[in-house]
Amino acid sequence: MTVTPDFLDGNAAAGDLEALFGTDMTVVSGRCRGCGEQMVLAQTHAYLDGPGMVLRCPGCDRVLLRLVRSPTEMWLDAGGLDYLKIPAPA
Amino acid sequence: MSWRMETACFGEWGHDMPIVSRGFHGRARETRHRLPPGQYETTDFPVLSAGPTPRVNPDEWEFTIRTETGTRHSWNWAEFTALPSQTPTVDLHCVTKWSKFDTEWQGVSLDVLLEDVETSADYALVHSYGDYTTNVPLEDLLDGKAWIAYRYDGEELAPEHGGPARLLVPHLYFWKSAKWVQRIQLLDEDERGFWENIGYHDYGDPWREQRYQGD
Repeated sequence: MTVTPDFLDGNAAAGDLEALFGTDMTVVSGRCRGCGEQMVLAQTHAYLDGPGMVLRCPGCDRVLLRLVRSPTEMWLDAGGLDYLKIPAPA
Repeated sequence: MSWRMETACFGEWGHDMPIVSRGFHGRARETRHRLPPGQYETTDFPVLSAGPTPRVNPDEWEFTIRTETGTRHSWNWAEFTALPSQTPTVDLHCVTKWSKFDTEWQGVSLDVLLEDVETSADYALVHSYGDYTTNVPLEDLLDGKAWIAYRYDGEELAPEHGGPARLLVPHLYFWKSAKWVQRIQLLDEDERGFWENIGYHDYGDPWREQRYQGD
């Protein structure tokens, strides 16, 4: 089995992530729980045209983060990341 | 055998309703009655993916049903395509709000695939090549309501639309019709899939607008 990449870079997810976290998340760093790759979110592979946002690891394609917005709630799963290192507010 | 599923099986367009003649307003009225709440009609076939598109060579393809007791029933491509097939024409309803009418498929009914499967399970968790999963009550895969489809619009099913084969369960929102289907796990207890465990509805009936948990 081979796979065809059809993603955008993580910058495409900037608006939704900033709406949730209140800061520019594309420069935030994290580490993939699957392969250990460290990256900033701008480097992730973004799939945005489905029912929700999916960010995948540029190293192993594992799901790092998912975000679903309903009319009343936002659902966040960042279970594919060991951590997100977010700059503290000034 | 051809099947025509009016408005994806269950809707206000019931069997008792008169067929709308195509007068001046015919198309508009028909469209309205075939659209679940909150949907709009498209004539395109949008491609929505949560990950990279797997390219599965039919020589390497295998489809498996695993029961709640661990018994496996598997078909390779030659065995699968030799099974009796049907050609359903169905409407599709995506949770992202587009609906597409009169899509034409060829596939094997789940009734055929489950015919010799002994199970008392109530639920199914559908797994795709890649990491996608979705949960469906087993009864929604039976009685002519679901297929493993391998041709669309008279041609081989393209990888971006789920080829070589995908689940087709058109009376539920289209995220339930898992692309690149690989196996179905039968379960005694419901287990949420890729979208269901992050806010989307466990059942996903478009006519009841069951988009999110709690709808």
